[in-house]
Amino acid sequence: MNKNNFSKAGAGETMKIIFRKYAIVFALIILIAVLSVISDRFFTFTNFITILTQTSINAILAIGVTFVILTGGIDLSVGSMLAVSGVAFAMIAKVDANGEALFPPALAVLAGIFTGLLFGLLNGLIVAKAKVAPFIVTLGTMTISRGIALIVADGRPVSGMSSVFKSFGSGSIGGIPYLVIIMIMVSVIAIFLLGKTKFGRYIYAVGGNEEAARASGIPASNVKMMVYIICGFMAGLSGIMQACRVVVGQPNAGEGYELQAISAVVIGGTALSGGIGKMWGTIVGAFIIGVLGNGLDLLGVSSYWQKVISGIIIIAAVLLDRADKK
Amino acid sequence: MGNGKQLLEMKHICKAFPGVVALNDVSFDLHEGEVHALMGENGAGKSTLMKILTGTYKQDSGDIVYKGEILEKRDEKFMLSMGVAIIHQELSYVPHLTIAENLFLGREIVHHGVLHQKEMNEKAAQWLANVGVDLNPKRLMKSLMVSEQQMVEIAKAISYDANIIVMDEPTSAITDREVENLFKVIADLKAKGVGIIYISHKMDEILRISDRVTVFRDGCLVDTFQSDEVDIDQIIIAMVGRKLTDVFPKRSVEPGEEMLRIDGLTRKGVFEDVSFAVRRGEVLGVAGLMGAGRTEVMRCVCGLDKYDKGEIYVNGKEARIRTPKDAITNGIGLINEDRKGVGLVLPLSVKHNLTLSNLNKYFKTPLLVNRKENELADKEIKELHIKTPGRNYPVRNLSGGNQQKVVLGKVMLDESEILIMDEPTRGIDVGAKVEIYQLINDFVKNGKAVIVISSEMPELIGLSDRIVIMHEGKLVGKIDQKQDITQEKIMEYVMKQ
Repeated sequence: MNKNNFSKAGAGETMKIIFRKYAIVFALIILIAVLSVISDRFFTFTNFITILTQTSINAILAIGVTFVILTGGIDLSVGSMLAVSGVAFAMIAKVDANGEALFPPALAVLAGIFTGLLFGLLNGLIVAKAKVAPFIVTLGTMTISRGIALIVADGRPVSGMSSVFKSFGSGSIGGIPYLVIIMIMVSVIAIFLLGKTKFGRYIYAVGGNEEAARASGIPASNVKMMVYIICGFMAGLSGIMQACRVVVGQPNAGEGYELQAISAVVIGGTALSGGIGKMWGTIVGAFIIGVLGNGLDLLGVSSYWQKVISGIIIIAAVLLDRADKK
Repeated sequence: MGNGKQLLEMKHICKAFPGVVALNDVSFDLHEGEVHALMGENGAGKSTLMKILTGTYKQDSGDIVYKGEILEKRDEKFMLSMGVAIIHQELSYVPHLTIAENLFLGREIVHHGVLHQKEMNEKAAQWLANVGVDLNPKRLMKSLMVSEQQMVEIAKAISYDANIIVMDEPTSAITDREVENLFKVIADLKAKGVGIIYISHKMDEILRISDRVTVFRDGCLVDTFQSDEVDIDQIIIAMVGRKLTDVFPKRSVEPGEEMLRIDGLTRKGVFEDVSFAVRRGEVLGVAGLMGAGRTEVMRCVCGLDKYDKGEIYVNGKEARIRTPKDAITNGIGLINEDRKGVGLVLPLSVKHNLTLSNLNKYFKTPLLVNRKENELADKEIKELHIKTPGRNYPVRNLSGGNQQKVVLGKVMLDESEILIMDEPTRGIDVGAKVEIYQLINDFVKNGKAVIVISSEMPELIGLSDRIVIMHEGKLVGKIDQKQDITQEKIMEYVMKQ
């Protein structure tokens, strides 16, 4: 609201703007610096790889959720979708008594992804076409998909996975785990999709003002449907990654992951009301959560206290963000 | 002038908002039993002055003297308790509560900590009867028609037994019969010594009921007239600061072939059998009262709503318009009355708003090319003189006039041939208005066709080459010759119904 800012900003002013824009990046750097000083086990290559691996799944889920939240929606079902996709994947990825794969590995991957897409499509259809509030829809599908995961797996972990996947889950190339490589690829694609394509622009427009977007000829309801499908895809992918990592498909996997993902999005500066936010913010947000959890583990802080601290971080991040916008 | 003694004096009031001086040294007074009318274009400062009076805003400098005392610290609740009530132009009520619950909001009648519904309902019914409305106070607010809601709002303001009542365009949404009721109420209030500040754009109303008229322009008080000694022309000149002939520059364009024709368009329950056409190089005005169905017709032509019957022809060919995309493809651009609701995506930047509706036109692949988009945005920013620190500045932070230019820029980039402008200058200052009138003239000169809806008569008359008149969802008349267009003639068509 300040028209006096019309004039060219001075050097100090520019620094201030940069600092504000990337405040959360600086927060992450400070967090890393502080942890490096107080724990001698924190600042090591191995530990960084651990953090990257631990964060990869939450980051990918959060990327999916970012698309949804940017349109003004919400997806509570990602944790359950992760579980049901992981179970579907593990069932096809099984080996027989001789250790031979029952189906080609690609089919197992497709099964996992397809399951995620299917639930994403369901969310999208009900939200965008039947116009039911996203919170309610995804609260429903959260329970439904969890239930289906438990039914299909008969309440037990689906084990006996082909060794290809085991080596994918724990293997690495040049010291970088496959899971991390996938996360990096997904991040790059998501940043590109959101920032450089018409579809990305439409997402911001629909979230910023759906009626105006529609009046501008944007297929708002298709855009909304699409973001839930993308979110389902990300959940499917995460489900496969999770199953490979622990070498079983657990129907109980991913409980509470939806809130972790939403936390990353919020810490990353995306407004829950939609229309405002950045994909890189979400990724940094996921790493703030990851680094903090890792650091507190190393320092021997109890997991009970960790919950209190992450809660405080979420609220503080939003307060900080609001102070910046004023 | 009212005979009573001075009730209120606002002395040398100044108020600035970031980037704009809303009130510049305004002094204003009100007597007991007086109706003091405020006039001025939207954004002239009337509403700001009233918001300062009722405690919503605090003045930067100047004093408010009420019943001989200077009021220092105050807020809305305090001012209400001091006997200053306001009837807001934009209705503020809780839709899911009943009329009575709304009337008693914040001052519920309580017996031993429990709400006394019966007594509140009875009192509410009485208040409604006082303003000549027969409504069951147990009805939900949202079930009422807009005019009824407005009357409830009026009943509410009067129920406070206020000494001063501010009425901000109280008749903009009510029927003629209700207007008569309101005027009766006003006469009663005057007799009781209540001072009334009456804001309206309707000249005839103001000359009929007010004792004095004060005119605002661009945050300054221009002049105060005795209502029985002034005529409409004097007021208009005071309002716009020049004769209207200067505001609406002449153009000499021969209208060309027909560009848009709508034939028997009907949306059930909203409007029916509406037909008109607009030609290349002309401005067609659509006149009518609020709620006449003008906006609704245009929403259908632009694909925002669906019509049930009738045809739309663009350049002589039938165009099936079902979505806004269809309208854009057919070269129809909408500049909406509701720029914050339909025109703009407020959190997005100027650039992103400008290109929003035409990405498909300029980018054939799904990818966006930053450099090209910047060029497009810069072109419109320059051509339309949009005052912004940069193309990446959020459109939310621009002034109303500049926001409206962004909406215009959108349809320019769309290369729309037919522009539909619904209240194109609502809520923007006189300077920006004149610029927008100039742009409309440029459109027409460049062979486009323009349809204008405006509730500001001088604007409608000044801009239009021809006029059609709507009333209660029907087309009730048309004026085909520019020289025949007068306010009286338009009102005649409306009143005849």
